[in-house]
Amino acid sequence: MAVEAAPLKQSMNNYDTNELVSVLTAKLQASLPEPWLVDAAKIVLAAIALAGFASVLAMILVYVERKVAGHFQQRLGPMRVGPHGIFQPIADSLKLLAKEEITPRDADRLIYNLAPLLTFVASFVCMGFIPFAPNLQAVRFNVGLLFVLGISSMGVLGILAAGWSSNNKWSLLGAMRAGAQIISYELSAALALLVGVIFAGSLDFHEIVKSQEAGWWIWRAPVVGLVTFIIYTIASTAECNRTPFDIVEGESELTAGFHTEYSSMKFAMFFLAEFLNVFIVSAISATVFLGGWMPLHIGNWEAANRIFDMIPAWIWFFGKVSALVFVVMWFRWTFPRLRVDQLMRFEWKFLMPASFATLAVAAILAASQTYFFAPERPAAPPVAPAPTKPPILANK
Amino acid sequence: MNAPVPVESPVADTYQDYFINMGPQHPSTHGVLRLVVKLAGETVLGVSPHMGYVHRGIEKMGEAQTAMQFTHLTSRLDYLSAHMNNWAWAMVVEQALGVQVPERAEYLRVIMSELTRISSHQLWWGVFGMDLGAFTPFLYAFRDREKVNDIFEKTCGTRLTMNYIVPGGVMEDADADFEKDTRAFLEYFKPLIEEYEQLLSGNIIVQERTKGVAVLPPELAKSYGVTGPTLRASGVDYDVRKNHPYGVYPRLSFQTALATEGDSWARYKVRLEEMRQSIKIISQALDQMPKSGPVRAKLPAVLRIPPGRYLSRVETARGELAIFLVGDGKPLPYRVKIRSPNFSNLSAFPAIIKGWRVADIVTAMSTFDLVIPDIDR
Repeated sequence: MAVEAAPLKQSMNNYDTNELVSVLTAKLQASLPEPWLVDAAKIVLAAIALAGFASVLAMILVYVERKVAGHFQQRLGPMRVGPHGIFQPIADSLKLLAKEEITPRDADRLIYNLAPLLTFVASFVCMGFIPFAPNLQAVRFNVGLLFVLGISSMGVLGILAAGWSSNNKWSLLGAMRAGAQIISYELSAALALLVGVIFAGSLDFHEIVKSQEAGWWIWRAPVVGLVTFIIYTIASTAECNRTPFDIVEGESELTAGFHTEYSSMKFAMFFLAEFLNVFIVSAISATVFLGGWMPLHIGNWEAANRIFDMIPAWIWFFGKVSALVFVVMWFRWTFPRLRVDQLMRFEWKFLMPASFATLAVAAILAASQTYFFAPERPAAPPVAPAPTKPPILANK
Repeated sequence: MNAPVPVESPVADTYQDYFINMGPQHPSTHGVLRLVVKLAGETVLGVSPHMGYVHRGIEKMGEAQTAMQFTHLTSRLDYLSAHMNNWAWAMVVEQALGVQVPERAEYLRVIMSELTRISSHQLWWGVFGMDLGAFTPFLYAFRDREKVNDIFEKTCGTRLTMNYIVPGGVMEDADADFEKDTRAFLEYFKPLIEEYEQLLSGNIIVQERTKGVAVLPPELAKSYGVTGPTLRASGVDYDVRKNHPYGVYPRLSFQTALATEGDSWARYKVRLEEMRQSIKIISQALDQMPKSGPVRAKLPAVLRIPPGRYLSRVETARGELAIFLVGDGKPLPYRVKIRSPNFSNLSAFPAIIKGWRVADIVTAMSTFDLVIPDIDR
């Protein structure tokens, strides 16, 4: 089966993943009799690939976090296990695996055991929707962004459950803070993404990326793009419970907040989920505002643009995401923590009105098609047609 | 913006209040202090400190040891002000025995004490950042504190409990590089206070978290016997080094760091200013110090405390430390009483924290700069 070719510019480089996908699809079709078996095999393969990717990613992020922290603090970070400590995450995981699983005597066992799973799954599922490259996206879905927003807000359920079921007052305080904080900041984050959706005219991540061919929304949408990007960065940092919004863990106040009582792999799941969340929000931010896997194109600089096109799309994507992840880590090792009432005041009295304002301005701009860098071809209609796409697993 | 919730207000009554134990094992009590906190949601209705987890009976041990032996225990009172504690004890014994301390020893005492004050405030600054949730200042502070510790290690052999200042003078003369090292440290550290300011003071979150929070009014502070930077931040100009001068402090010119607001921010600024003043004191003392000479007066082999009552007081990094000594002519003191600054400072804390949030307990207590072994003794 010919892979559905994304209608991209001919100069666009997408050789790397298209080929892989088409070879895989051909092999599967040759060896499996029924079309639904092919689909099932694809689902299993995608899940395995994502699970592998997620765990390696979390390890890399842990290592990077420790190194970044180290260099911010005028020390070296892990240096002992392997050259420059690159095997430190493996040692860390082994340590976590070898730890004793502790369940407090008075804990609500079912919920206590379920909570880390819930948080982890919520983050993990979101990974499937992220467009790493033109055809490297496990689930392509016409309302992908909406779905990701919905799934990712399930993570807070896990945190609330963990805090409540631990039967520890510190954990409960942390969980209550989490509930208030994450639900509040989700509004701003969603509104900010909505601005991107208004400009892109689609909820499909793939379409959102393609809408940025003429320029990334962060600068193509006049000023609003930049403001929205900043709002989303702030709100998403709060959603991930990262400093300066880490009052949920608040180690100096609540010992460890909602996961005080957790140990071993259950703790590791919260830990992994936090790092995956950082990656996911950065990926969404890169996709919606920074053009996803789109290469950077500068006006009439043909030579530079050609060179940028030669860089594979997934490198562009991971480059952008890494930069955003670094910024989030930078926050963490620079800022102190806000107090709970200041945090809420900031969201409800400043960030959310600002998000609404940008949304209104964005709607006006999108309706009047007022963009910087007007594309050579006529502007895309505001509503994405997408008539031929089946709703799920389109690109496999 | 920053204002406490009135605890008698209906807001507090609509919740069912509950108690929570902060400590004895808690990352922000900085030791084994236990605070029983009464909360309504996140609002603090009351705090009652429970002490005694590191009570070692140091005062009683003082009655079972000779004056020279007890010097080593005083280092363990407030381990971040070890030199000052030693000095307080040395001074009260010298007062009892009528010993004149050699001049070089007096200067060494001042320099060591002020270095201790700097290193103590460095540690406080780092920990304060950590209590606010910023981990990086902690490591910056420790980087610089290492330099002070190196100076101590070269001269005293130890880095924390120095036992350097003893009755009659100091234990040994300073090592050959002492003056050079200390001057080098002062040069190194002077610009770094500005770095400290940049890293924390200018941060809007730090200011929001501290300005106007947990205000300690001067009358309340005086009535609880609060001393040290905590008192001076409330606008009360009381510094033992100025009001009851000891050692060679009268010969050195410095200002007491003062602020009037009495909130966490004022306490923060006062401590940063004290570091600058300590640098001034040390460089003056280094200039005036005799380059050589005896550092320890001749003392009798057995120190019999003559009958009578003796009192010494010094300004440690946390406030006024007073040691009261009663002798009855025997080698062992009849009674040793230690007035620790931290105990009085902590006693004022529950009065000012009502109506603030859980997170404010941590920041406000951090600006009180408590050392728990000094409270329990």
